[in-house]
Amino acid sequence: MSTSDVVITETRTMPYGFTCGVVAAAGAFFGLFVGTAQGSGFAGIALGAALTAALAYLAMAYLGTAQERSFKWGVIALFAVAGLLIGGLPGLIVGGLFGWFIGWFIYWVGRCRYRMTLPPYLTGGQVLWHYSFRVLCGAIFVFLITPILVVMPLSFNAENFFTFTPEMLAFDPEGYSLRHYRNFFDSSEWQQALRNSLIIAPIATLLAVTFGTLAAIGLSQPHVPGRQVIMAILISPMIVPLIISAAGMYFFYSRIGLQGTYLGVILAHAALGIPFVIITVTATLVGFDRSLTRASANLGANPVTTFFKVQMPLILPGVISGGLFAFITSFDEVVIVLFVGSAQQQTLPWQMFTGLREQISPTILAVATILVGISIALLTTVELLRRRSEKIRGMSPG
Amino acid sequence: MKMTKTLLATTALTLAGGAVAAQEMADSMTLVSWGGAYQNSQQQAYVVPYLEMNPDVSVTWDESSNEAVAQLRAMNEAGNITWDLVDVVASDAIRLCDEGLAMEVDHDEILAPGETESGEEVDPTDDFGDLIVSDCYIPQIVYSTTFGYRTDMVPDGAEPPNDICDVWDLETYPGQRALERRPINNMEWALLCDGVAKDEVYDVLATEEGQDQALAKLDEIKDEVIWWSAGADTPQLLADGEVFMGSTYNGRLYSVIEEQDQPVGMMWDAQVFDLDGWIIPEGLPEDRLNRVLDFVRFATDTQRLADQANYISYGPARDTSAPLVPEEMKQHMPTDPANSENTFLYNYEFWADYRDDIDAKFQSWLAQ
Repeated sequence: MSTSDVVITETRTMPYGFTCGVVAAAGAFFGLFVGTAQGSGFAGIALGAALTAALAYLAMAYLGTAQERSFKWGVIALFAVAGLLIGGLPGLIVGGLFGWFIGWFIYWVGRCRYRMTLPPYLTGGQVLWHYSFRVLCGAIFVFLITPILVVMPLSFNAENFFTFTPEMLAFDPEGYSLRHYRNFFDSSEWQQALRNSLIIAPIATLLAVTFGTLAAIGLSQPHVPGRQVIMAILISPMIVPLIISAAGMYFFYSRIGLQGTYLGVILAHAALGIPFVIITVTATLVGFDRSLTRASANLGANPVTTFFKVQMPLILPGVISGGLFAFITSFDEVVIVLFVGSAQQQTLPWQMFTGLREQISPTILAVATILVGISIALLTTVELLRRRSEKIRGMSPG
Repeated sequence: MKMTKTLLATTALTLAGGAVAAQEMADSMTLVSWGGAYQNSQQQAYVVPYLEMNPDVSVTWDESSNEAVAQLRAMNEAGNITWDLVDVVASDAIRLCDEGLAMEVDHDEILAPGETESGEEVDPTDDFGDLIVSDCYIPQIVYSTTFGYRTDMVPDGAEPPNDICDVWDLETYPGQRALERRPINNMEWALLCDGVAKDEVYDVLATEEGQDQALAKLDEIKDEVIWWSAGADTPQLLADGEVFMGSTYNGRLYSVIEEQDQPVGMMWDAQVFDLDGWIIPEGLPEDRLNRVLDFVRFATDTQRLADQANYISYGPARDTSAPLVPEEMKQHMPTDPANSENTFLYNYEFWADYRDDIDAKFQSWLAQ
């Protein structure tokens, strides 16, 4: 709780029974994990509940807010030492973190601080829902992000397996190495795959953005006959199961000599990307004022000038996000390329796919970590660019 | 077919005569293999020296041997063969040959004669012997499917497992087992441990009751089994200490033990031998076929097959290569006398006939 928060509801000391009960429940929850790891879940629950309830009573009944700071440090030290005895260095860190949390939690519950930022007229049920909602969202977030986070430390593994070795868990530098990253940069296969991905994805994106944007603008004209049907056909690569498109493309491209060529893979990926561009650009065109193009024509601009000077800047956010989707689709795609490409066009996802199946090597994790890094950098850059251009054109107050 | 035969004969003649006529040879090849340590051993033993002799040739690997049959069918259908040489196991080679997707070859014509230590020449058909299980098949190595176990998880006072039936002995050796998610090998092992004599296993397995008997035996350990589908799974599970013992290919275990330094031991009892080798897809254009034949002749000669054993613990398919295998590697070979005291012969024909039925039965048993 930072001091800058506006206090809407005054704090007060809650009944000891309530405080101890809630804190004990939290203690039991964490005790379950520690207990299970040590051999007995029930003992963990009981011990965790009893210990944290006792701490809560001590803090509320005897120490109060006056000695809050020293109490919190004491709790951190207590759990850190306990963690050190149970699990060594990692235990120390986990214990310290838990001590920090429980110390904060005792005062947060005991002094009714959880109501500080909420209006005073809320009922208990509403307050409970307010926080359960946040906890639920956090839990979903953790559920989504944990698999990605687990991959990152594993990619620094010194062993050749997907395993957290005892050395790694003890934070021993011996347990970590950059060998899998070195392997990625040294291996000609991985480098070839990286090169292929970096050739195929941008060109496919460029094609998808060009054709997708043109299609979206054309289809937004009210006088085009059969708009719905054309739209449905153009969107179909997104709806038809990928494996069906892949098999169809394989046989078609084989007949016309495109199977196993870069051009074939690029065209296939462009077809996959076009629906994303059409959808995002169509969405931005909905808010586009048609009188602007008429005004531009009235001032003597031809349609091409009108498109680049008037329409394009306004639909640019849609074009960029569509292009981003098209890029990521191509960059992540494995099914189509397995069919349409041949071994010369192996992309990164293909290499990762076969690598996972035939040899579980942490090089894949190193590549995954690098790709996550690139994705984050890419999304951040685009978002910054978008904000900047909006600011320049005065579209947003920020 | 006749056309190819004539072509083969002329190719072999020109090569054998040393008078290399002006032949169109493609300057690139796509080889298909299994990836991992095995593909690396092929790269080191065959491709690197071949490229040194032919610097203007380029080789691309495709790690698709796993679905080679399906892919070759699709390529045939599409009339677009993108592979030049495909590494497959014996049963796949038999299927591909039956379906006309692989080219029939005359082993004595297209392969180099074997060379004994005393310098005598041996006909390839004699050199490979029984391992030529199909007219399309050019064997490279003998591997086996066998068990590895965590040496540090053997209970105190117990002997390390050395009998296939120790897999079923949950009392002496508690802990999970890793078995392949398919009936082949598992059914045979189950019957062996249920008192069926080795030479009667396939007779019993051909009957409904025999199949039920094998599944009933597998039921005893079903709760303790993690089913694997890729060769890399068991090494990972063993390294994690997730399982006490598990079956996989012996070369994978060699790499876990010798290269990755994991506390894992080999249990060779009732290991099942299988073969791996090349097939040439049917319908290659002439220039690519010439290049492949040139490569295969080089890559399967006595010295090259022996060289491969420097990189992986699989036994060379030629008799004449065996004496050239490095001494320290011999003890890791499935064919080493100490390791092959009790081996089990995998019956290709039985599985070709019964695979679909038993597969269906096994999968529904798994789902129970």
